Amino acid sequence: MADIYISQSAEIAARTVGDETVIISTLDSTVFMLNSVGTAIWSAADGATPLSKIVEERVCPEFEVSPEQALEDAQEFVEKLASHGILQISGAPVSHGASL
Amino acid sequence: MSLLLELNEKATALGVPLGAHLDITWRCNERCVHCYLDHDQKGEMTTDEIRGVLRQLADSGTLFLAISGGEPLLRRDCFEILEYARSLRFNVKLKTNAVMIGEEQAARIRQLGIEQVQISVYSHLPEIHDAITKLPGSLRRTTEAIRRLRAHGVRVSITNVLMKHNYGNARGVKRLAEELGVQFVIDPTITPMLSGDRSIMSLGISGAQLEEVLHTEEFVGDVNEYCAPVSSAEEDVLDGYSCSAGHTLAYISPFGDVFPCVAFPMPCGNLRQQSFREIWWHSPALTELRSVRVRDLHTCSHCGHNSYCSRCPGLAYMEGDYRGPSSPDCEKSYARTGIPSAAQLRSGTHAPRAATGLVQIQGLQ
Repeated sequence: MADIYISQSAEIAARTVGDETVIISTLDSTVFMLNSVGTAIWSAADGATPLSKIVEERVCPEFEVSPEQALEDAQEFVEKLASHGILQISGAPVSHGASL
Repeated sequence: MSLLLELNEKATALGVPLGAHLDITWRCNERCVHCYLDHDQKGEMTTDEIRGVLRQLADSGTLFLAISGGEPLLRRDCFEILEYARSLRFNVKLKTNAVMIGEEQAARIRQLGIEQVQISVYSHLPEIHDAITKLPGSLRRTTEAIRRLRAHGVRVSITNVLMKHNYGNARGVKRLAEELGVQFVIDPTITPMLSGDRSIMSLGISGAQLEEVLHTEEFVGDVNEYCAPVSSAEEDVLDGYSCSAGHTLAYISPFGDVFPCVAFPMPCGNLRQQSFREIWWHSPALTELRSVRVRDLHTCSHCGHNSYCSRCPGLAYMEGDYRGPSSPDCEKSYARTGIPSAAQLRSGTHAPRAATGLVQIQGLQ
């Protein structure tokens, strides 16, 4: 399966508190709370690192899950965030995040 | 539990300043009769200093940021500050009188993803609003700006501060808010000047007027529910805090002074001399404030209203003791329920009602 790249949308406010991350869409004020696994993926969403590498380096060692299962869950997770417009998915590396 | 409530509990437990109110100037183009600020220029922080403060707040975990003043748009770098704040992923609310928001500014506010613009409107009648702001044409300019903001899809909230000058205008302002498609908030509290001068408190509405407002369905919803007496606080409330000021909320003046809240001018440190983290974690004033639980409040801990009272420790501080009652909140509780607060019973300051048939009952102490 081809690699995908994820980057944080500019249309959000976000902060990590403890090991969780709260994200608020500036478009409709919807609030999202990410757990520690979601936070690990979110904080690595730089548009340049393939999702598979994020999962391999940030999720698998930290949360003791098989790479296949972790990648499947991660893909579902990022697609859900992307459907709300708070994360962007690309088939190629993105040089920089969206600017304000 | 809502996600934001959950987040707030977590921030309280971890001591994270989840919310911050940053006044970038105290200068203003209006001269509202009830304003709690003086408008002298005393050496505002520079753009770079403010950028540094914003970075420190972001690093400390602040998510909710209110940019205010004075009139923030009087600073030429206001949009630079807003843009920088948004680049740091703050959820930004802008408090402004909006008279300087033209088409270009409204578009930029939308583009920056400002969460909400909060504007005070004192009356739907220009002669009353303008007499309070002392700026001729201000209601027209503010209303035009709100229309521009709405046309760009910006969320706007109108606050109607109740005073003797505009009493009876709240319904008109509410209608105006509905027509403009914006949120309407009513605020019956006049705050003393941060200098300690309490003379502007005399502009506030009377107890009878407050009672009328708080018994109006249009403003409070179900009056019977809103005004029903509630039993005293349970143990978990007594073990908690009465307000987020200094716990998850910080205020920063244009000169770098840090207070627990804009309405709580207790000096905690200055950002030109110390880092925000140093002040937030090590200020003796904040450390002492955080040690105070509801059960430690010498009068309010055994008041029958303490399970729902909006007691403001800042107003209490300005009355001389933040562990004490804040009289505007005692008045609100009395106006709602007809039952005097513990502080009112002690001082005899409540205006007797004709026949309430209700008394506050408590055991011997």
